[in-house]
Amino acid sequence: MFADFLLRALLGGCGVALIAGPFGSFVVWRRLAYFGDTLAHSALLGVALGFLLHINLTFGVLIICQLLALLLFLGQRQHQLANDTLLGILSHGALSLGLVSLAFMETVRVDLMAYLFGDILAIGITDLLWIFIGGGVALAGLLWLWRPLLAITIHEDLARVEGIAVDRINWIFLSLIALSVAVMMKVVGLLLVTALLIIPAATARRFAQTPETMAALAGLLGCLAVVGGLYGSFTWDTPAGPSIVVSACLLFVLSFLVPSAAARRG
Amino acid sequence: MITAKPLLEMTAVDLVRSTKQLLQSISLRVEAGEILTIIGPNGAGKTTLLRIALGLIPPSAGKVERRANLCIGYMPQKLHIDPSFPLTVQRFLAMAGKDHRKDILPLLQEVGAARVLDSRLQTLSGGELQRVLLARALIREPELLVLDEPVQGVDVQGQMELYQLISQIRTQRGCAVMMVSHDLHLVMAATDRVLCLNRHICCSGTPEVVTNHPAYLEMFGPQAFQQLAVYTHDPEHHQHHHNCVNCREKHNVR
Repeated sequence: MFADFLLRALLGGCGVALIAGPFGSFVVWRRLAYFGDTLAHSALLGVALGFLLHINLTFGVLIICQLLALLLFLGQRQHQLANDTLLGILSHGALSLGLVSLAFMETVRVDLMAYLFGDILAIGITDLLWIFIGGGVALAGLLWLWRPLLAITIHEDLARVEGIAVDRINWIFLSLIALSVAVMMKVVGLLLVTALLIIPAATARRFAQTPETMAALAGLLGCLAVVGGLYGSFTWDTPAGPSIVVSACLLFVLSFLVPSAAARRG
Repeated sequence: MITAKPLLEMTAVDLVRSTKQLLQSISLRVEAGEILTIIGPNGAGKTTLLRIALGLIPPSAGKVERRANLCIGYMPQKLHIDPSFPLTVQRFLAMAGKDHRKDILPLLQEVGAARVLDSRLQTLSGGELQRVLLARALIREPELLVLDEPVQGVDVQGQMELYQLISQIRTQRGCAVMMVSHDLHLVMAATDRVLCLNRHICCSGTPEVVTNHPAYLEMFGPQAFQQLAVYTHDPEHHQHHHNCVNCREKHNVR
């Protein structure tokens, strides 16, 4: 029987992978991996906030991720601390603060593993709505900013001289990443979100001739990883989130057997 | 050449960063159609000065005035593009607004880099990259070109060709050029005015005036004397072997 929960898992997983492709490409191009990590790690604090305020947990995660995106945006403009030091403080600080605050809530029983590594098999209709509506908004926003974002990725000052509102666009971009990270949480968990962003994009890079094909290909490779991971998880009874990441890694390694676009062009 | 209002004027500009004075009372003007070159040792604040001129950083004190609606073409010093970013030269140039091949090709021909139209940006040689960056700066048909070390990463022969190209672009397009140069020798032949910077303006004027100025001779020492032979040369004879001797010596000094 092709169970409902499996269908939902596939839909949710592929939805998340399609969001992760374009965002992950930018994360790779702009070397924002640590950024993604920091946003994801703050998610647990959002879960705690959700319990505290009795609101939807994903909504809680979203609020905290947005706050952190703003903090990171402001942090980039100071020159007292190196960027990665600041990210390290925020990333691990937020994760630990999340764990500690959850421990304080004595009435709340939380399946920590589900948040850390994802619980794709428990995806419900609400989660699917979050993924498709939230993710849709994030992708639409990215599409809207596509051209200026590419220009900023190449050279910030050049973009600025050419009249692009670099600061505003950077902030909206961070906020969109925060949104996508918040909806991706459910599938691969906060520790593995960055993996789903980066690995398919890094795999796609060798076969893409334009930024657009790389983003789309990364999305499709992500879907393939989700399908492979779910299949493996069923066959060998392994945890689903990590299985998806393992299958994404396998695709990455296998991709080296295929000649790259550059090599084919000679 | 001199018009009533300059394209760009800085008056008594200071820049202080955490109690360190990076630039001190800089006043300069860039007139329409002229080439102004800023030279100076490492850490003299040359790039910082350009960034203030472009409006990328505000000065701590003083005034920067750009003519209303001044269109600036900027050529940055370095381009750090991640190797994973699939980007052809055509796409890179299209980003500044011209989407069509037929608009982009003449521009690349103008800078002598037509053959790299479909190459990946990351595979270009130093000289090709500088030419492509120059083409990008020209796309919006600027009245002022701001070039940050336009000949870096290029061999000596290529450096001379690039300076010639810049001066040719100025003649054909009539745009002004404000550029930063590390080089003392070759650039003198391609510039109208030179500004010698070491946090403050040490001296400025035509290449002849600057190269005989005591402050210039003091700043650059024996290096400065060598290029006297260069800038007095006829423009037709720029590729004279003298230049190469000078530059080789300069490289040895580094």
